[in-house]
Amino acid sequence: MDTIHLDVALAVAWLRAAAASVTAETDQLTRLDAAIGDGDHGVNLARGFTAVAATLDGAGPTAVGDVFVRAGATLISKVGGASGPLYGTAFRAIGKALPPGAASADLADLAAALHAGLDAVRKLGGAEPGDRTIVDAFRPALDAFEEAVAGGAALPEAAASAARAAGEGARATVPLTARKGRASYLGERSAGHQDPGATSTWLIFQALADVTAP
Amino acid sequence: MKKFINDPADVVAEALAGLAAAHPELRVDVAGRFVARAAAPRPGKVALVSGGGSGHEPLHGGFVGPGMLDAACPGEVFTSPVPDQILAATKAVDGGAGVVHIVKNYTGDVMNFQLAAELAADEGITVETVLVDDDVAVENSTWTAGRRGTGATLLVEKIAGALAEEGAKLGEVAAAGREVNAASASFAYALTACTTPAAGRPGFDLPDDEIEVGVGIHGEPGRRREKLRPARELVRSALDAILEAKPLNPGDRTLVLVNGLGATPLLEQYLVFGEVATVLAERGVEISRRLVGNYVTSLDMAGLSITVARLTDEMIRLWDAPVRTPGLRWGV
Repeated sequence: MDTIHLDVALAVAWLRAAAASVTAETDQLTRLDAAIGDGDHGVNLARGFTAVAATLDGAGPTAVGDVFVRAGATLISKVGGASGPLYGTAFRAIGKALPPGAASADLADLAAALHAGLDAVRKLGGAEPGDRTIVDAFRPALDAFEEAVAGGAALPEAAASAARAAGEGARATVPLTARKGRASYLGERSAGHQDPGATSTWLIFQALADVTAP
Repeated sequence: MKKFINDPADVVAEALAGLAAAHPELRVDVAGRFVARAAAPRPGKVALVSGGGSGHEPLHGGFVGPGMLDAACPGEVFTSPVPDQILAATKAVDGGAGVVHIVKNYTGDVMNFQLAAELAADEGITVETVLVDDDVAVENSTWTAGRRGTGATLLVEKIAGALAEEGAKLGEVAAAGREVNAASASFAYALTACTTPAAGRPGFDLPDDEIEVGVGIHGEPGRRREKLRPARELVRSALDAILEAKPLNPGDRTLVLVNGLGATPLLEQYLVFGEVATVLAERGVEISRRLVGNYVTSLDMAGLSITVARLTDEMIRLWDAPVRTPGLRWGV
């Protein structure tokens, strides 16, 4: 396997793995969300990613960027809530930042695209690190990915590193007080639970690690 | 938890089909997920579109009709609608005079309505957004997503809707909606959690002698948990919070909405209204218009919200104007 590029097939495999993982972890995400919100994060994301997987059946895009743009548009159309626009905008931004028309992206392209995805989430949601959101898993994942790539790592290693960092970031949200989204209404009562958005972000990075693992 | 449902995944679509069967005067697009007046669009009339998660009925679909909304977009239970359905509803009712989006201040609702407004602008439809954020239990600070939209949404939809019905321009209708929101404050208590169809069990556990103070309308826990107290004490605390946020002077005229969250009997709601009337009378504040009942609900949550809005002559006139919707109906 080519370990220094993300091509259309691998991008599709990543999104399918993310769909499977989010679906398998629906109950866990529901439990986390019920503690601080209304408990629908798992159900909504599973519905959205299942729809993403369905749109990638059959003849899909031929450019790797278009895979993510289509995934993002589907999430925006199917999920609702805040997570739909946030994840949808992230994937759209990732897709648009990849070289137009290219069948595959190298690791520098992918790192830049992930960066664009994080920027889009932060612009739309206004969240800073430590606000107890998706950003708290996404940012460390991106940092780890960039560091691995700068150190000469191939995709499997960089993805595994990003997934580990996302998981640590998600776990580190437990003591935090939410400052964005519905959990912020709880004030200090939001602390003591792992953030569901950071957790689903970890699942998505873990899916990339899983499909690229040697 | 027992519910009259078939499959949790089908609840919203099947409830919309039922709304259509019960109200042939409405145009219900089950696949497109919006409810509109059958006669929309009316050329030259500013259209009002609202929406939000399902589970708050009659809000918003039950407020579609002459004198109030032109269309409503129900999302999944407690989940904001998606941009596609908001855009479809906006296009379905745009009469060429612009469309007002009435949006409750929740992160998801704000984002999805914003995306829809951008898409509508691309198609040449001018959209003005009125954000409703009347719930004073949440501090309006950089540390939160800001105050939530709750009971005042009904007031905004009614008063702005009446003005639009008279032929007012887009900017005037939006300004009236914002004025109503600015004049309103709400506070809610929950005695029990509610159960979403998908979760199947209550969103939080609450001991028999405790209540959630400062809840919203999505089954989330409130600001804090307290021991249950007599209704007259709970009402005084709620009004303290409301009047601290939006002070009233002796002689001010108000609208008071005592709103059941779903499972609290009208018997208790009227009792609470009586307590509110007592406290406001002590302060010399006049209750000029009143409403008691389940209007902005949170599925099967036991609890209620109190909304107090300071009224102008114009607001009273527009509140009294005819309205004909499934959930609110007078003067016709």
